[in-house]
Amino acid sequence: MAGTIDQQIALGAVDDPQALPLLGKVHEWIVTVDHKRLGLMYIMGGLFFFVIAGLQALTIRLQLAFPDGAIVPPQVFNRLLTMHGTAMVFLVGMPILTGFFNYLVPLMIGARDLAFPRLNAFGFWLWFFGAFLLYFSYIGGDGLYGAGSAPDVGWFAYAPLTELPFSRGNSTDYWILSIFLTSVGTTATAINIITSAFCMRCEGMTLTKMPVLVWLAVVVAFQMLVALPPLSAAQAMLLLDRFLGAHFFDTQAGGSAILWQHFFWIFGHPEVYILVIPAFAFASEIIPVFSRKVIFGYSVMVAASAAIAFISLSVWAHHMFSVGMTPVGNSFFAASSMLVGVPTGIKIFNWLGTIWGGKLRFRVPMLFSLAFIFQFLVAGLTGIMLAVVPFDWQVTDTYFVVAHFHYVLVGAIIFMDFAAIYYWFPKATGRMLSETLGKWHFWLFFIGFHVTFDTMHFAGLRGMPRRIYTFQPGRGLETLNFVESVGALLQGIAVLVLVINVIRSLRSGDPAGNDPWDAWTLEWSTTSPPPEYNFAETPVVRSRRPLWDLKHPEDPDWKYE
Amino acid sequence: MAAAPTTIPTAAVQWSTILPRRGRVGIVALILTESVFFSIFVVAYIFYVGKSLTGPYPKDVLSPPILNTICLLSSSITVVLAIRALRAGSIRSFATWWFVTFALGFEFMIGTAIEWHRLIYHDGLTIRTNLFGTTYYSLVGLHALHVTVGLLLILLVLILTMCGYMNERHLERTDILSWYWHFVDAVWVVVFLTVYVVGR
Amino acid sequence: MQRWCLTIAVIACAPVAAFADDWGMGDSNSKIPPSSVFDAVSTPAHEINTVTFFVIAITAVIFVIVAGLLAYSIVRFRVRPGDDGREPPQVYGSNPIEFAWTTVPVLIVLVLTLVTIRTIYTVQARARPPGALVVHVIAHQWWWEFRYPDGIVTANELHVPLSDPTAPTPTFLDLESADVAHSFWVPRLAGKTDVIPNKKNSTWIDPHVAGTYLGQCGEFCGTQHGLMLLRVIVEPRSDFDRWVSAQKDPPAMDASAAHGRQVFESTACVNCHTIRGTAADGRFGPDLTHLMTRETIGAGVAMNTRDHLKIWVNDPNVMKPGALMPAMNLGDKDLDDLVAYLATLR
Repeated sequence: MAGTIDQQIALGAVDDPQALPLLGKVHEWIVTVDHKRLGLMYIMGGLFFFVIAGLQALTIRLQLAFPDGAIVPPQVFNRLLTMHGTAMVFLVGMPILTGFFNYLVPLMIGARDLAFPRLNAFGFWLWFFGAFLLYFSYIGGDGLYGAGSAPDVGWFAYAPLTELPFSRGNSTDYWILSIFLTSVGTTATAINIITSAFCMRCEGMTLTKMPVLVWLAVVVAFQMLVALPPLSAAQAMLLLDRFLGAHFFDTQAGGSAILWQHFFWIFGHPEVYILVIPAFAFASEIIPVFSRKVIFGYSVMVAASAAIAFISLSVWAHHMFSVGMTPVGNSFFAASSMLVGVPTGIKIFNWLGTIWGGKLRFRVPMLFSLAFIFQFLVAGLTGIMLAVVPFDWQVTDTYFVVAHFHYVLVGAIIFMDFAAIYYWFPKATGRMLSETLGKWHFWLFFIGFHVTFDTMHFAGLRGMPRRIYTFQPGRGLETLNFVESVGALLQGIAVLVLVINVIRSLRSGDPAGNDPWDAWTLEWSTTSPPPEYNFAETPVVRSRRPLWDLKHPEDPDWKYE
Repeated sequence: MAAAPTTIPTAAVQWSTILPRRGRVGIVALILTESVFFSIFVVAYIFYVGKSLTGPYPKDVLSPPILNTICLLSSSITVVLAIRALRAGSIRSFATWWFVTFALGFEFMIGTAIEWHRLIYHDGLTIRTNLFGTTYYSLVGLHALHVTVGLLLILLVLILTMCGYMNERHLERTDILSWYWHFVDAVWVVVFLTVYVVGR
Repeated sequence: MQRWCLTIAVIACAPVAAFADDWGMGDSNSKIPPSSVFDAVSTPAHEINTVTFFVIAITAVIFVIVAGLLAYSIVRFRVRPGDDGREPPQVYGSNPIEFAWTTVPVLIVLVLTLVTIRTIYTVQARARPPGALVVHVIAHQWWWEFRYPDGIVTANELHVPLSDPTAPTPTFLDLESADVAHSFWVPRLAGKTDVIPNKKNSTWIDPHVAGTYLGQCGEFCGTQHGLMLLRVIVEPRSDFDRWVSAQKDPPAMDASAAHGRQVFESTACVNCHTIRGTAADGRFGPDLTHLMTRETIGAGVAMNTRDHLKIWVNDPNVMKPGALMPAMNLGDKDLDDLVAYLATLR
């Protein structure tokens, strides 16, 4: 009798699952089209590269801990910073968000899988091979400077530094091709999510009854469809320049270096919202549960997220305030960049409104979520500062901006990724992560994060540009940099604690049960882990919190909204 | 806490019929993202109009490909006729119109190849000659690539139809393929206007 | 246990050993105040400071209020021991509150935008008074070329006249790049302006305090972006004029350095460097006509001394790994004579 291993075990066709050969298990995972397995593979891949790119960051901080550092020569350092940035965005941020949406969207809408399961698998393996290709660059190619052909042009690869005369060998080509592959994979996922949300909701779940996470997944998916093509197009143009002698960004032939910047940032700015809106989505699911209150202002939260996504398409040139745009151009992008702060602030206020009057339980997911609110507030405020164009003229391309975006990428996104891991790990594996180790992880990471990135703002204000492989003594930068490096080390130790927690809990964590957090969305109505088919009967819902209605039949949500 | 939520009396209309169909939403999403991809090449084209440092220049070498355009845009009409025939259950009529669609698209490719041959060997315009060459070949070439993909898929359906496998159950998917083809034609309208009207 | 400690100690010390020489720059830099953006001495930097303090004040107030509310909520609404486990009242939203906390941010953002636009125009749209000094700045991988009027060409150290705030004499900088994108940044004088090939940008400064100001390239431009430093030396008008006339004259010809000059003119040096008054007129590398009037060499990587010059000419990669100047591979005698000759270029 054909069918998955789960079904065969359930039907008694296979006696002892442990007897299955390892190769058979691996084969199952490789050929799977199940959204849950693909989601987990995305997340595991993302965490793997998080450790790798994190080690690269630690090496960078080791070099910069003291002036005139010479642990690595500049050629290697420039590869480190490029790979750290590129990997963290495309091989950590993107797969982790994709993985969580993959896992959660069908469960939250009461569906069996995403709309196109095979396309889903195709997208994952494209991402996988793109990731492999990027790191293969270290050993592939002609091995310049003993550091391979890894890209060394910065993660945004400005032209004409990336053109043939200034970027010999194949390092830039590895950057182009690997990211191109991962982008196509991500586009496939975006199509899947949109189609699933529109076409596969269970009965009773109108669009306005979808959980906030699903709405935000749709918003992110639309952004992916609109923001990824400019990058792919620009990369295709660069490839044509490098291989066929085209002149898109060839300034000697009249081409424009600024055009690359425009195309890149038309992608790049929405990209950072693609990375952060999932953090909002996780927060909007986790904070209510640990405050024991419904999300404050559901419609406003969804509308604000859509507004953010829409406005974010018009702010890109705030990454280019120093290139010499006209005052009119600078003013427009200042205005739009300030404007995007308004819906963002509204979301922070709504989370506060959710917490207010609640009964807060400080479990590990909530600790990370509260830190997220605080850090995202700071990041948003330094963002408003950066939208003040003349201030940006001083601090763009300095450690002030590096501090700002690490506040967003780490302080908001990674913190919520950790929260999501602690929150949904029990659902995916049936085991709880250790609360004690989780608290150690949180506090070490929180302290290390602030030691590094609070300090970093001041280095930028003191004249330290970004992407420098060393700095000279006597410039007033020694103490700041040393402190930042100490914080980095703390964060590294914290991640080690997480890894230990995951490994130990997979083996011997407490059993989780279906609903360890007393939550309200549909994924908590299944077993942990859910069966392959998710729901034995398609659920029928009547409100945004179906399980709240079940648990509180005297006071169901559908009476109020 | 293992039971599914309590069943609530359902509406009279079957839920699954008021949700949109997956294939439609999927193809619309694909068309959206591809449109943005093309837009970037169009923007680059327009940005670089008049900025080439050396010739040949558009007005010297470009002549509007009227026949190719008529063929490609007509193929949108014939593909609609094909789908209509399939919906009515007339497989033979479907096969005829489907073949005509393919032939018209194929003519477009031949015409483009002839034009490029002339540009390269007679006028000396290649992708590396100047900014005009760069933007022209990349934009028109990108479109031609999409036409090629469309033609391959149409050919696949044609062969399967000739072998007798086509029937009404494949209407939905064939219709979605025709939507891709319409998209390719719509892009040609934009490319044509950009290159042969605005850019000259 | 003891062996483990020793191993760890040895490993920990290894990175400490991996340092490069600072070539005297530590001492030199210490004599110059840190290039803090808040220590403005020129109008663009002052204007930027004004608007910066304004926005910091506003964001600080927002931070105190919102973070305060967050801290308060965490303390006030935490679940206490002995809680009855009942769910708190579920509040689904409130339109008046949403309206309020939308309107206030919109107003704040409006004010900030207007203030920002005003400063943009003040700094960017500065008219160029007739007769103002205009220096043509050309950025290279990884050094700065400065072309003054009257054929004066120097590198990496920009001399400008002191400006009197009551009657300003700004210096305008026209920025071009010879290769990739760079950015001209001297924090105490002005914000960054990118230097991009095939694009003409310009900026201006009017420093009203004499002294030396440190800056460096602010846009990643390749291997040695990190050490593409620059210095701006602001001098009273009389000193500046003296510097200009010294630069205009060709260097003194020193007979004792004749052999060194011959080495210079007969090796590949002339392909990249210019020394006015000799046959050398290369444009790829810095103009060396008055090399010894500069404080540093290698775009700020080392103090300009004979020992350092010797190391640099012998192999620039020792000081600046990846520098585009090749190791000249001269014999010892030729190298010494050549450096002796360079030392005469005052």
